[in-house]
Amino acid sequence: MRATMTPQELADRFVSKFGDKVSNLRVKEWGEGVKKRPKRSVWITIPREVLLDAVRELISVDYPHLGVVAAADNGDVIDLLYHLQVFFGGDHEEIEVTFTVQVPKSDPHVPTISSLIPGAVYTEREKQDMIGVIVDGIPDSRRIFLPEDFPENVYPWRKDEKGIPPSMVKELWKVGRPVDRPAPPVQEPPVEDPAPAEQSGDEQ
Amino acid sequence: MSEKKAPYELPIGPIHPALKEPINFTFTMNGEVVEAVDFAPGRAHRGIEWMGMRRNPVQIVHLCDRICGICGVSHALAFSQAVEQIGGVEVPDRAYYVRTIIAEFERIQSHLLWAGVAAHELGFDTLFYLAWQVREESLDLIEYITGNRINYGIIQIGGTRRDITPDMVPRIEQGLKYYEDLFEKMVNLFLNDKTIAMRCRNSGILTKKRALELGTVGPTSRASGLRMDVRKDSPYAAYGDVDFDIILPDVYGNEATGDVYDRIVVRLFEIPQSISIIRQCLAQMPEGPVLAEEKYAKLLLNLKKAAGEAFGRVEAPRGEDLHYVRMNGKQEPPEMWKVKASTYSNQMAWVEILRGEQIADIPIIVASIDPCMSCTDRVAVVTPQGDEGVLTKEYLHRLSVEKTRRMQE
Repeated sequence: MRATMTPQELADRFVSKFGDKVSNLRVKEWGEGVKKRPKRSVWITIPREVLLDAVRELISVDYPHLGVVAAADNGDVIDLLYHLQVFFGGDHEEIEVTFTVQVPKSDPHVPTISSLIPGAVYTEREKQDMIGVIVDGIPDSRRIFLPEDFPENVYPWRKDEKGIPPSMVKELWKVGRPVDRPAPPVQEPPVEDPAPAEQSGDEQ
Repeated sequence: MSEKKAPYELPIGPIHPALKEPINFTFTMNGEVVEAVDFAPGRAHRGIEWMGMRRNPVQIVHLCDRICGICGVSHALAFSQAVEQIGGVEVPDRAYYVRTIIAEFERIQSHLLWAGVAAHELGFDTLFYLAWQVREESLDLIEYITGNRINYGIIQIGGTRRDITPDMVPRIEQGLKYYEDLFEKMVNLFLNDKTIAMRCRNSGILTKKRALELGTVGPTSRASGLRMDVRKDSPYAAYGDVDFDIILPDVYGNEATGDVYDRIVVRLFEIPQSISIIRQCLAQMPEGPVLAEEKYAKLLLNLKKAAGEAFGRVEAPRGEDLHYVRMNGKQEPPEMWKVKASTYSNQMAWVEILRGEQIADIPIIVASIDPCMSCTDRVAVVTPQGDEGVLTKEYLHRLSVEKTRRMQE
């Protein structure tokens, strides 16, 4: 038995700790199979100022496993969804906790949680690449999935003018081969005229 | 000859003859010892999420099949799980069982594939051939059930596209028996082999604490003693109905040290676990249809109206897959679709487990989290006199045999 509280108690704990900063709180259940044994999730929306405190509070309950930080373009704001799980390792006791943090596009800063959960760097780097948030204090801010020559200020998951422009995906055959790449180690043979048929008389 | 002193940098990849998948490693080496590791993924990034946000959910299910050639069913399962939650789709009970059986066959074939790769990375190619030969049986069974060896295309939102009929059970049982009889031999070959034990014990150690902090998943985290298995923690499909336990290295009487050897133990012992789960599913399967809505147009029409957000989590052979989906009730394509594959979570562990290890152990340690890559079969050497030379595979093989002999003394 690992779980020390129910999903509702966990949700209440965040309400009592952060008061009206917590919004859109939902406790969900979903069961599959014949027995419909439920998997339980808690969804909480919090402002970015309390993100670190909220993760710290969750760590004080049980050290969570960070699934992933998902992100969605939501008009004027970017939704960042921190998918965390606590109480795993028991018998169907896990609680999935999702912190939704809304970041305005005009000021897309969010603090890093990698000081608390070191494994978060990977997914935070991806969010910088893909949706253009700026993770403050990230120990490694290099690009992760996008190539080095990917244009600046284009973010594939954005739905606004910073998304992938049609010119990057339409009629790619027109683009031809890139010209700014290093020369291959072996030069391609020049295209020659078709050679005349070889003399094969001496073989016969 | 340059004056460069240790530590020096050794790049491997992104394209390397021995890499199974493209990734770029930069090792900072001091002699034969790895001091630091850096890696750059993304060489195979295909923008699948971007594509998905421009396609309807039924199309995405089949796109999911193609995210990974090995975990063909896990991604489709996670995605349909999320969509079913948003749309409130009532999946027939029998479909949950078909999904579970396919997912477990996938685990068997994936773990055997990995076992073969691990043997190959250790230079034990006889074992590699054996593992891949016996893996064929699971692929044949998957083909028998779904019609395809890879990219099964069996998952559909609201159920599965094919049923497992009673007349198929004897053939499936024959396959399960085959693996059951084989298990002892595999354990003996992998775990009682002196060289494998020497190479793998106490190498590439990931402690339980670091496994948790780095967010690792699947056999990689379980080998470090972390009790974590989505099938048990947040049951999906029919896993809530069947009886099984999380596999940790102690099944083989090992204290979990989190080394490569423990990762072999966990993966090998998950094979009989899968056999047991499949047997239980076959015995308990309820009667009935396997698909909630057979007309795709109607299914899509209903999903178009669905609004909300949800995520699906599945224990793929390599660990947790997570799909986050958001739909807005106005359009067919999801507003947001985020895919998190298992290696995504496990890659951070490389930096940890490769540090301080021997250069010769890089391939097996890299492969031990099950993404598979890296091996050196021929290197160019520049001697202090400036002569260039080439070391042949035979010469390197002799060196490696001599080193093994020295270690055995």
